[in-house]
Amino acid sequence: MINIEIDGLKIEAQDGAMLIEAADEVGISIPRFCYHKKLSVAANCRMCLVDVEKAAKPLPACATPVTEGMKVFTQSQKAISAQKGVMEFLLINHPLDCPICDQGGECDLQDLAVGYGGGETRYSENKRVVKNKNIGSLIATDMTRCIHCTRCVRFGEEIAGVRELGAIGRGEHMEIGTYVASTISSELSGNMIDLCPVGALTSKPFRYSARNWEMQRHPSIAGHDCVGSNIDLDVRDNNIMRVVPRENEEINETWISDRDRFSYEGLNSKDRLTAPMIKQSGEWQRVSWDTALAFALNGVKELVGRHGAEHLGTLVSPSATLEEMYLLQKLVRGLGSSNIDHRVRQLDFSDQNRAPAFPYLGQSIESLGQSDAVLLVGANITKDQPILGHRVRQAALFGAKVMCVNSVDYKVNMPLAEKLITDVAGMEAALAGILKALLNMNKIAAPSGIDQLLHSVSISATHEKMAANLSKASHGSVLLGLSAASHPAYSTLYALAECIAELSGAKLGSLSLGANSAGAWLSGAVPHRTADSASSNQTSAGLNAIQMFTAPRKGYFLFGIEPEFDSVDPVVTTQSLKDAEFVVAFSSYASTVLSDVANVFLPISPYTETSGTFVNVEGRWQSFKGVVSPQEDTRPAWKILRVLGNLFELKGFDYMSSIEVRDELKKCLGDIKLSNKRAWLCPELSGNISEQIVEIPIYGADAITRRAVSLSITPDATGHTIVMN
Amino acid sequence: MAESKLHLLSDESKGEIDTWIAKYPKDQKKSAVMAALTIVQDANGGWLTQELMDMVAEYLAMEPISVYEVATFYSMYELKPVGRHKICVCTNISCMLCGSDAVVSHLKDKLGIGFGGITTDGKISLKEVECLGACGGAPMLQIGDQYYENLTPEKIDSILDNLK
Repeated sequence: MINIEIDGLKIEAQDGAMLIEAADEVGISIPRFCYHKKLSVAANCRMCLVDVEKAAKPLPACATPVTEGMKVFTQSQKAISAQKGVMEFLLINHPLDCPICDQGGECDLQDLAVGYGGGETRYSENKRVVKNKNIGSLIATDMTRCIHCTRCVRFGEEIAGVRELGAIGRGEHMEIGTYVASTISSELSGNMIDLCPVGALTSKPFRYSARNWEMQRHPSIAGHDCVGSNIDLDVRDNNIMRVVPRENEEINETWISDRDRFSYEGLNSKDRLTAPMIKQSGEWQRVSWDTALAFALNGVKELVGRHGAEHLGTLVSPSATLEEMYLLQKLVRGLGSSNIDHRVRQLDFSDQNRAPAFPYLGQSIESLGQSDAVLLVGANITKDQPILGHRVRQAALFGAKVMCVNSVDYKVNMPLAEKLITDVAGMEAALAGILKALLNMNKIAAPSGIDQLLHSVSISATHEKMAANLSKASHGSVLLGLSAASHPAYSTLYALAECIAELSGAKLGSLSLGANSAGAWLSGAVPHRTADSASSNQTSAGLNAIQMFTAPRKGYFLFGIEPEFDSVDPVVTTQSLKDAEFVVAFSSYASTVLSDVANVFLPISPYTETSGTFVNVEGRWQSFKGVVSPQEDTRPAWKILRVLGNLFELKGFDYMSSIEVRDELKKCLGDIKLSNKRAWLCPELSGNISEQIVEIPIYGADAITRRAVSLSITPDATGHTIVMN
Repeated sequence: MAESKLHLLSDESKGEIDTWIAKYPKDQKKSAVMAALTIVQDANGGWLTQELMDMVAEYLAMEPISVYEVATFYSMYELKPVGRHKICVCTNISCMLCGSDAVVSHLKDKLGIGFGGITTDGKISLKEVECLGACGGAPMLQIGDQYYENLTPEKIDSILDNLK
């Protein structure tokens, strides 16, 4: 530690820290534009000039390391006049268009100009004008306002990993741009809007729609991937106007993905379902809640009476809240059916009885970023879980060997040490090769059955390098992604990855679908387990997400599901639903297909309008409140399920709040073991696989995101990729 | 990924660039970007196209935008066609005090073009530049690798007459 003095305050600073960091630590604010704690130091705005004892000239606090005995004055005559001088230079060319600028009211330049700017300008020359750039559907540009802090440029290079913006030209002619007109393609690009200290980069979807001071800010949790990024929802007149990140160093740091940021557009989509509806002789009618619930009650009762409860199938979105999932499974199990599942993208369920309590990352998100070797198996981590992709990328930049075994050559934004691209059928052999190389290299005894399994597997140089990287690593991570989970031989891939992780001392982890797959497992939204026995299994498991359509049921509950998207085989699923006698759709949207197959619509509130909990991939429970009231006649789903429970005369549906639901579940679960460990069972290689894997487009992951117009026209939103063997 | 532009690189230019790359540590190929741009520009009649910059980026494993930044920053790179002879006239302080205004107006009159222009026969283009470090011989101009100092209208005429 180093002793310094800032404005007479004696403090201890970290060795090697910059002055501005030391000052921030103790809450002394130094004005700045280009400095950002998550980016490299550029020292080009000069706003943070401070007066340092014995230094002839003012020094930039962001680029001056602390030294023993240093005395700093941030408010001295010298410091203030330097800062005022810099501000005057910045304002020479900055337009005075604050009244029509979206940044107005939350602008660093505006705020600091109040403190350091002059009352009037000394310049009579024309201000320079810079042409705006079209960089896509998410970020609006007003480049005349740019003060060349280069935060966006550094963000592109250091965080997003795609260098798209640059400083073109020189001196007074310098402009931030792409040189060749092009769209920003990063999945984290929206963060540039937050980083920009002026109104040069602002949110395109949010443009001209609200002022900073008109909105209330409410904390929430992002509901689109398994990360659970912390967000703030800005609300005006009971409308979500925009989404911005809420800092949480353990999860999303200061970033959020574009999906979490812009998907709010889908909340007010035209096909939003705003009232209960029933279908009678093919015609949809808007009805009261009482009528709709009675209709649903009778329909389900009749069906169960006629065919038995085992003829009821329930599919729930992996992005539903924990409380919704728990109550839904309690309802259908109360009716006598265990046919409930959230694994809408899975094909292979054969090892479900041996699965851990929930798909767990195997470590914390922070710890993942400290890996020194990462093997990605069937994972498009950059696009599917952008925040986790960012963590892995940071590890890669610090020298971690990142490797992938994929059936699609995904574009990644980080250096890959090794890459193995094979067809869907070849995934098993690829992992088996790595495993065999690992065994040969370390001369360790193989778990039972493995020798025989790997007998005819051949090893390539890539397998050997991957095995070597993993065994050399002191903190290895093996991650199974969404496309691995959709693989026809998922259980085999999982077991092989498990064995590779075990033998190389790496941590095994799953990257799960939706915002709350972990919550689905824990709450019993799986056919073979209930919350009472989250890690053991029911004696009579119900039908899984595939079985309930290949062996069609007579009636279905669909919860937040759009059958044409949330299914590995939309044709079979839709047909089974059409043929069913009674389908109850809990949904926030009335899509065409859903209108076609359902008999009753119960309009449920999306996560912004209901309280609830998401459990992220680390097993972290994050509860949130509804920040706007439910649109028209929609209702929080936990309330609907509670009423339905009572109507069906089931016991234990008398909750007063979603917190009671959560706490009941928590009590039920007891201590949840955060572990992916399980007893070893040798897998079998399935060999011939001809199924295809339907890739989930990054902006097609859930019903809300699918309706976010601005996201749907980004380069990333180019529809499905079908991989065929 | 856009298609490869490496076919635009002649063997001769490639050899020249490689000698520059060899001067830097192995993992810092991009240090050769300025030399590479100069070589490619010379081989292309004195100016750089976007394709050529992309090609340099590809050859040095850089992001294209990083190459654009370099090419737009330095005044010796041309992003539009230039004449066979590029006359760079310094108008910075020393030259200005020693009469660069007269040099400039004489050149403009004689050639019938302004800064950034090319004579109709494509022979000469005129460019205003900042200090070239020859203040002792101000006013001065540069053509190709040659500096011409202590300029007078007569001297300029003879310089122009000697250009092929």
